[in-house]
Amino acid sequence: MAVYKRTYTRYTGSLTDERWRFAILPRFALKTVFESKLNLLLFIGSFLPHLIAAVLIYFRSHLDALMSLAPDAAQGLQFITIDGTFFLTIFIIETFTSFFLVAIIGPGLVSPDLGNNAMPLYLSRPFSRTEYVLGKLTVLVGVTSLITWIPGLILIGEQTSMVGFSWLSNNLRIVSGVVVGSLVWIVTISLIALALSAWVKWKPVAVASLFGVFFVAAGFGTVSNLLLDTRWGILINLAASMSMIWRWLFLGESVIRIPMPPFGTVPAWTGLLTMAAVCAIAIFMLGKKVRATQVVR
Amino acid sequence: MAFLELESLSVNLGGRPILKQLNGAYSGRCIGLLGPNGAGKTTLLQTLLGFYPPTSGTARVLGHDVRTKIRALRHQIGYMPESDAFVAGMSAIRFVRMMAELSGLPEEAAIERAHETLFYVGLGEARYRLLGTYSLGMKQMAKLAVAIVHGPSVVILDEPTNGLDPAGRLRMIELVREIRDTHDINLIISSHLLRDIEEFCDEVMIMKDGHIVTYCNLEEERRANRKFLQLETLGEHEAFLAAVEGLGCECAVDGRTRRIKMILPETVEVRDLYEIANAHAIRIRRLEAKRDSLQDIFMKAMEAGAPR
Repeated sequence: MAVYKRTYTRYTGSLTDERWRFAILPRFALKTVFESKLNLLLFIGSFLPHLIAAVLIYFRSHLDALMSLAPDAAQGLQFITIDGTFFLTIFIIETFTSFFLVAIIGPGLVSPDLGNNAMPLYLSRPFSRTEYVLGKLTVLVGVTSLITWIPGLILIGEQTSMVGFSWLSNNLRIVSGVVVGSLVWIVTISLIALALSAWVKWKPVAVASLFGVFFVAAGFGTVSNLLLDTRWGILINLAASMSMIWRWLFLGESVIRIPMPPFGTVPAWTGLLTMAAVCAIAIFMLGKKVRATQVVR
Repeated sequence: MAFLELESLSVNLGGRPILKQLNGAYSGRCIGLLGPNGAGKTTLLQTLLGFYPPTSGTARVLGHDVRTKIRALRHQIGYMPESDAFVAGMSAIRFVRMMAELSGLPEEAAIERAHETLFYVGLGEARYRLLGTYSLGMKQMAKLAVAIVHGPSVVILDEPTNGLDPAGRLRMIELVREIRDTHDINLIISSHLLRDIEEFCDEVMIMKDGHIVTYCNLEEERRANRKFLQLETLGEHEAFLAAVEGLGCECAVDGRTRRIKMILPETVEVRDLYEIANAHAIRIRRLEAKRDSLQDIFMKAMEAGAPR
């Protein structure tokens, strides 16, 4: 019978596994995200640093081949070492692109649901607030993973295949840096983006707020250091805190020197503490807003 | 069997008591929830959906406790909220399908039912349009589609005819009646409009200030009042009244209008009154059977205000 001729009937078929129901949201959200040409272009463009790095890694192992093609480039490439610093540099470039991607995609994920009062419809189903946040977080973590640690691991694989497993065993720190460093970064910025879009329902303002969090926090951290003559203000600077974690993971620097007054050092693990605190605040903010109804006191 | 049970259910919001010690077991196929603004209707509905935790006591819907079995309950519940609720950047078909999938339907079944449901509510031709471009009436229908797409056992409708034009209202009434009459489904409908509740519901729960002040079956209420008569007579009616009271009727005379109000026992028919009137040379000028309208029931409940 044609669909339009059917009337309302009760559903008596099987139901899907509840454990994976949160994955429904990313499926629908990703389609919406990539309907935008800007998002798609930015996503594709984010692979460029990795592509360049892949070419560099290839020719660094095949200098003789490059010598016959472009001798000048080959001579320049001789001075590049594929080590922790090389991967950290790529990684820092990737964090910028992933940040822009999250800033553009993130606020569009939660704010339309809250702005149009769709939460009662989501939460009147067998679907919890945690699953909702997890579903939206999966979109951002999934998209940014595709442009950070997944291609990072492919690059490590490429280098290993070029120079052998001894390189990998000597540089296991890089693997942990790429995976753990990326995940700490993308989970943190994704949670901040979701929290801001939950509180600031207007998308452009939410995007601006996300940039503001990083720039204002950096300024506040520096001013705190100067006014209070302390070195701990650096922890308010999210970018600096994240940089501490990456240097620790990629280069093994467990104590980080502050390169500006009042100088001094801070242990790298305090950066992780900052990120954990930021994530906790973002989750708290989401918990306050992602509700079926808001009680007016 | 009662599908809705309330056990000393109290809910406080923002430190204020909103629902106060609600009790009862309710089995009506379609229960209408009435009450003035702030009576606690929407809070009760949202407590049944698990949006607010009970401060004390509990509620059970289809045997599922809202405190402990809310997830199982939500599989069987469909909800149409009062205010606009949609995602502006999504087409109706995608939104309804997503909601079906979130209710646990597999992808293929969700697609099929989303199409069916949108045709059923009259949005078949507009199902690929963005929800943000829908008119108010269309949005109401889309909300109904979202509420029923997963084939729930209980459907909660909060002000379903809100903002609908007369044609849209009739369409909504038809749909809700059809769902009620042709499927094994329970409905709870909250509305300010007494006329709508009369159209939809067989039982009515009237709330006031966080209490349930009246719960009645509309048909039984009408039947109970069927023997309530109001008469206007010509001539001296004292002897007539005495004779009628002799048959077991309860009578009262309005001193100003001289209208007689009486309640007939089951054994007495209206024809008997005419015979007595004839015997006492009384002319009955007017006789009307007074049937309580929902408005009467509502007004009585508001005046009495005694909590159940």
